Amino acid sequence: MVEAMTQSNYIDIEDLTVRYGGKAALDGVSISIPRNGVFAIIGPANSGKTTLLKCINRTIELEAGVSVKGRISIDGRDTRQIRDVYGLRRRIGMVFPLPVGLPLSIYDNVAYAPRMLKKHSKAELDETVERCLRQAALWDEVKDRLKSLGTLLSGGQQQRLTIARALSHDPEILCLDEFSIAIDPVTTMRIEDVLLELKKDMTIILVTNLVQQARRLSDNTCFLNMGKVVQDADTDTMFSDNPGNQLTYDYIHGVFG
Amino acid sequence: MPPTESVADDTKALTAARSSAAWQGTIRKVYRYLSERIIVGLIHLAGVSAIIFVFCIFYFVFREGWPFLRDSFDVKGFFLSEEWYPTSEVNRRYGILALLAGTGTVTLVAMLVAVPFSLGTAVFISQFCGKKAREVMKILIELLAAIPSVVWGFIGLMVMNPVIVKLTGAPIGLNVLNAGIIVGLMSVPIIVTIAEDAIRAVPDGFIEAAEALGATRWQTVYKVILPAAKSGLLAAVLLGVGRAVGETMAVLMCTGHSINIPFDGHPPYFHVLESVRTLTATIAAEMGEAPRLGANADGTYPVEAFHYQALFVVGIVLFAVTFIINVTEDLIVKGIRKEK
Amino acid sequence: MARIDTIQNMFAATDIIDVKLKTQRTVKWVFGSMSVVILIPLVVLTACLVVRAWPSLTWDFLTDIPKSGMRAGGIWPALVGTMYTVTFSLLIAVPVGVLAGIYLNEYARDNWFTRVVHLAVVNLAGVPSIVHALFGLGAFVVFAGLGKSVLSASLTLAIMTLPVIIVSTKEALLAVPATFRMACWNLGASRWQTIRTIVLPNSIGGILTGIILQVCRAAGETAPIMFTGAVFFKFVQRGDLFPYKPTEQFMALSYHLHTISTQVPGVPESMLYATAVVLLGFVLVFNTLAIVLRTWIRSRKKW
Repeated sequence: MVEAMTQSNYIDIEDLTVRYGGKAALDGVSISIPRNGVFAIIGPANSGKTTLLKCINRTIELEAGVSVKGRISIDGRDTRQIRDVYGLRRRIGMVFPLPVGLPLSIYDNVAYAPRMLKKHSKAELDETVERCLRQAALWDEVKDRLKSLGTLLSGGQQQRLTIARALSHDPEILCLDEFSIAIDPVTTMRIEDVLLELKKDMTIILVTNLVQQARRLSDNTCFLNMGKVVQDADTDTMFSDNPGNQLTYDYIHGVFG
Repeated sequence: MPPTESVADDTKALTAARSSAAWQGTIRKVYRYLSERIIVGLIHLAGVSAIIFVFCIFYFVFREGWPFLRDSFDVKGFFLSEEWYPTSEVNRRYGILALLAGTGTVTLVAMLVAVPFSLGTAVFISQFCGKKAREVMKILIELLAAIPSVVWGFIGLMVMNPVIVKLTGAPIGLNVLNAGIIVGLMSVPIIVTIAEDAIRAVPDGFIEAAEALGATRWQTVYKVILPAAKSGLLAAVLLGVGRAVGETMAVLMCTGHSINIPFDGHPPYFHVLESVRTLTATIAAEMGEAPRLGANADGTYPVEAFHYQALFVVGIVLFAVTFIINVTEDLIVKGIRKEK
Repeated sequence: MARIDTIQNMFAATDIIDVKLKTQRTVKWVFGSMSVVILIPLVVLTACLVVRAWPSLTWDFLTDIPKSGMRAGGIWPALVGTMYTVTFSLLIAVPVGVLAGIYLNEYARDNWFTRVVHLAVVNLAGVPSIVHALFGLGAFVVFAGLGKSVLSASLTLAIMTLPVIIVSTKEALLAVPATFRMACWNLGASRWQTIRTIVLPNSIGGILTGIILQVCRAAGETAPIMFTGAVFFKFVQRGDLFPYKPTEQFMALSYHLHTISTQVPGVPESMLYATAVVLLGFVLVFNTLAIVLRTWIRSRKKW
């Protein structure tokens, strides 16, 4: 249920610390993500970006030996207090770098989440499947073979299928973790265009190693390094010649990472 | 639906329709929630069922044998006496030494037959075989494992029996040798399977290193794979032993069923051509005749009742032996994992 | 050893290499013949059994009831009795075993309790069949008051086949990659929904294979049914499909083979062999079915 927005910040992450055994993957991270638009999170490998996404949709709880401290609230409500964690996950679409096609037909892949939610008529499902596949820039390639197995698609196609699945349950928040790794540049551009469309009514959290992608797409950017927030500001500032933080400048300009 | 007269009626009808759909949605949600909770509950219940059943087995076997343990049990007499006369009119004795010897000798012969052949087969299948041949061999081994024990007993009785008589001139062919060979053949599949797994679990790195140094296949097997897999091979043999110890029908039909310890001072010292009786066969053979009698008014049991109970105690001994073998084997396997 | 200083020398066979290769060849033959020796019994014995059983292997033999004190007639009551006990035992063992396997692979966390459950399954699998028989006697026949009956025997067989069904279910579930489950969880599916829609449908083949193999085992076992309900002789109508009530004693093929070969003198040899062949044939056919199923699953890999 989306309550009427009173605060300007949609997602508030307060002092999030995540430890795997002794090691801290995230250390005292505090970020505020505004409603709608693209929020990019950049940083080198192992900086905790994926862990952060897993905390937002609470799939971190499915891993063993992890301790999570801190608070994430969406629309003012603490996500950890929400009892229906599956409902929360349905409000959030998640795309991970590894393409995963479920061993179902392409149609059933995309229809999986809607079907689980409630009974749809065939027309509704058809329409949802087509819409999501179009948004994922996959429709043209598979429209004649919707019944074939999703696992038999190529890596890039499976990644787009994953994106289509993430969109299929109409999420308010879309999280993408390095989605373009397995996709060729042309298709990446098409999906980026879609993201620019979607960001008008959706909050998109884009985790990426490709700083230029962040620059193209995002309104705000956060730089995460070794589990800590280095800098969090609007994209123009971050990518300017004087972002205000030397580390940020160095990373963006390829000095390290 | 009756034709609506006013806007108010309109709104009412619309609200009614919407709430009925909402109600249906809620019912579906509740149904899904409840059915999922029930199923997950059943899953957890099933998960602990194995523990419950193991305890039940121990409890019920113990329960039936308990009066014997309490009233008529004497450790030395039970384990060290070879006089098993549970139905004697005048002097009932329950000594299982001869039964232990029977189980032990049959298992020994079985392992002497099974272990070399099984390990050789395991090495052959995993190292020296082509892929197609390996598939065929594994299928044949699996089919060998499927043969029921009563059919093995039948084979020992009808086929092995005359063969042994002809080859060795023994008066009857139902003896340690017969049962040993049959039980050995029965144990082969399990030893081969586990040994082959153990051999395949040797890290490829070891094998590649050996081959890089110019070793032939056999040298690799002999010097690298077998030592590396030795705990797994030991576990395989132990499982074979457990199988042999617990086997019932085949030994029932092939051992000749006489209370006898086949060792004595005359050569060849270990008389494999003599008949013996095992723990398992004793239970199987005598349980049909041992009556289950209730306690007397004062809580003691009539003497005839002890036979039934003593057989349960023999069962406890068997359970204990196989339990120890299983735990040892499990510890060995865990020991390997720790080393890795 | 000659110095290897030219490439040609390196590839020339030296004496030592000759010996090594010869040893290898010998060893290969030795082990190969060991394998063949093991498998000869399977083939030779089956052939021998069939040959000796041939005169009695008729349709009448299967459908007729034993006559003249087992010395003539057929094995119908035993055949039907086995089918009953196997079916009942599966009706109990399969749901419990599959659910327990699901628990072990999908719900159990990596802690001491799971290790205890695992240990219990392993130990349950290692219990000798005669101890299962004693348990069945003490628990179902006596304690639960079911008496010697189809029910008691089936329950005993169920507990005996349970551990292997649990383990093969767990293995079949394990073969489904974890990435599928993660993808479903990220879509908001619960564990059970994921299992129901993706994991189970893709592991059902492996589970079925394990079940079929246990059918073979349940049909062939004698000891567990010996004191829990199997009986020497029961009068039954020829060809009757429902001859036993669940609370009655019954005849079973495995036990029947045992009694006629050890306790009934004068049974014609071909009848003895025929009984053995029917039992062995049933078991081998189902086992082959399981193997075929397993191979078929492997060939139509979906990922």
